[in-house]
Amino acid sequence: MPQTAPPRSAADVRPPVTNIGVLGWIRANLFNGPLNSLLTLTVLYLLWQALPPFINWALVDSLWFSSSEECKAAGGACWSVITANIRFILFGFYPHDLQWRPLLGICILIALLLYSQNRRHWRPSLAWAWLIGLFSMGVLLMGGIFGLTAVESTNWGGLPLTLLLSVFGLTAAYPVGVVLALGRQSRMPVVKSFCVVYIELIRGVPLISLLFMSSVVFPLFLPEGVTVNKILRAQMAIILFTAAYIAEVVRGGLQGMDRGQYEAAKSLGLNYLQTMRLVILPQALKIVIPPSVSILISAFKDTSLVVIIALYDLLKTTQTALSDPKWMGFSAEAYLFVALIYFVCCWFMSNYSRRLEKELDTGR
Amino acid sequence: MRELRHVVPAVVAAFCLTTGAAVAGTLDDVKAKGFIQAGVNGDLFGFAKPDEKGVWRGLDVDTARAVAAAVFADADKIKYTPLTAKTRFTALQSGEIDVLTRNATQTLSRDTDLGLDFTQVNYYDGQGFLVPKQLGVTSATQLDGASVCVLPGTTTEQNVADYFRVQKMKMNPVVIENTAELAKAFFAGRCDCMTSDASQLAGIRAVAPTPADYVLLPEIISKEPLAPAVRHGDNQWKDIVNYSVLAMIEAEELGITSANIDEMMASTDPKIQRFLGVSPGNGKALGLDEKWAYNIIKQVGNYAEVFERNVGVKTPLMLERGLNALWTNGGLMYSPPFK
Repeated sequence: MPQTAPPRSAADVRPPVTNIGVLGWIRANLFNGPLNSLLTLTVLYLLWQALPPFINWALVDSLWFSSSEECKAAGGACWSVITANIRFILFGFYPHDLQWRPLLGICILIALLLYSQNRRHWRPSLAWAWLIGLFSMGVLLMGGIFGLTAVESTNWGGLPLTLLLSVFGLTAAYPVGVVLALGRQSRMPVVKSFCVVYIELIRGVPLISLLFMSSVVFPLFLPEGVTVNKILRAQMAIILFTAAYIAEVVRGGLQGMDRGQYEAAKSLGLNYLQTMRLVILPQALKIVIPPSVSILISAFKDTSLVVIIALYDLLKTTQTALSDPKWMGFSAEAYLFVALIYFVCCWFMSNYSRRLEKELDTGR
Repeated sequence: MRELRHVVPAVVAAFCLTTGAAVAGTLDDVKAKGFIQAGVNGDLFGFAKPDEKGVWRGLDVDTARAVAAAVFADADKIKYTPLTAKTRFTALQSGEIDVLTRNATQTLSRDTDLGLDFTQVNYYDGQGFLVPKQLGVTSATQLDGASVCVLPGTTTEQNVADYFRVQKMKMNPVVIENTAELAKAFFAGRCDCMTSDASQLAGIRAVAPTPADYVLLPEIISKEPLAPAVRHGDNQWKDIVNYSVLAMIEAEELGITSANIDEMMASTDPKIQRFLGVSPGNGKALGLDEKWAYNIIKQVGNYAEVFERNVGVKTPLMLERGLNALWTNGGLMYSPPFK
């Protein structure tokens, strides 16, 4: 096909090379003034100083599958501390040859979470999928039926425990928090004062003391022979605690609603439940997505406090692995690894909340 | 308020009843549930710590296993509750655990005020100082003004404060909750010296980047008899725990090990016959099976075996027997006659 040269026009005269492309971007963003130029240079210098040694330490000189003696002799990062202890770090006291079960459980949970991310998948069948998924997770962890060996919950630990406490804790705390927030707004004095007392009481004590109460004081009040599972007690404490914070955040959303919305709903003849379900809550909860996600994120990280009641969550199993004299000197590597796991989970949550905000940002 | 007047006594009564019941008969409770709940350290290598596979190991763990062997003839009928220095006594008081084997120092106030009963000591320790060689210090009396790395919530913290006060020296405590982090801070030079039980300092020095750069000072500033503890007021249970520990010491004295115990059953020595239950009496007196001591030694070992396996010279801790040798070898381990 013969090529015909297009007629030259003003549009073809390209702007100066320093205004477009990479150079242009650099000029516009990094060197658009004396102060910014100075800052850019300083940051570049600091990176130059910090990055190569870090890469050397973390990647070039690092050891991945060595003994601790080889690690001590080498200068780089000793990732062997993780590879040597990975099964204890991830699964705690779970019997060694049964650890495929919690692993499979985690995979099911992550698959469900990823699938539910997309709002187009929110159908009634998804609820069934969750029910079946959670049930099979429980069966996998506990065993005792279908020919699986029973494993007591005292032996659960590591990542499954952290995920269990956070996923169940956060999903249960949210509705409880919403109910509490509505209760606090209620005109019925008993309901209102109960909610106020509850919220203020729980927010007035640290999570550690709640956990401690649930593990040490609570059993004293139970009749002889009745014991409540320790993980369940910790789970309850986390739910109660997080719910109180969620309640206050949701209350903020409710108070942020225009009075006209309530009045409009009333004039349509909607009753209280309908008003809340159809008009108020959908708008209020949308407003409070960012603060509630930050509460959920901090609650997720707070699950590591269960260590004080002797539950071996991810952080505690790591610390325990580190107390072996063989690996005592390599805590930086192990903590980096745990930090990475926590970061991925938190990043997932905040990323999802941003997407949700964008998708729900209709009407304005 | 009228209801409250009824509610409060009821709650208090319920409280007393439940705690009272828990104290009544630990042996029966334990037999009913089928296992012993032991409170242990959780991350103290050599004393109580799970290994890479999650199996508990250590001197304190073996002590608790000895009790399980005595009661159930099975050293594995035991569950462990890892406890911190701060939660350990509460856990025992609340009945969450049946026996505390968590390198706890026996002291007068703990024995009385806290409502605990300590049994036979399973490790005699003492508090010392670890310093870098380059500090040029040869005695603890030269530590005036030093910053001292120390674990919180232990007798260690109090001892070192007392010691510096008596010596009229100043100190800056650097308090870190976790042994591994404490050691790391010390090696990084955050403090001039580190103080803890000598057994732990030996282990910590062993993991130093260059162990030869650190020295243990000669002063031992405290007595730390580490002993298992039970709740006050249950004498039968206390006897069982006490004699379970003593049985391991007695077995070492008598030369009985887990390896030779079956030959020893045929021994004609009346002391050995009584000990192993060949001539009955001891078991009945404790409310246990006559073969209780046999089960301990067979499944856990005598004190020397337990010591060498967990903290002895072949382990990373490299501890000599020292005070923990038998009295016949210049140590403090001494068992009353088993008759």
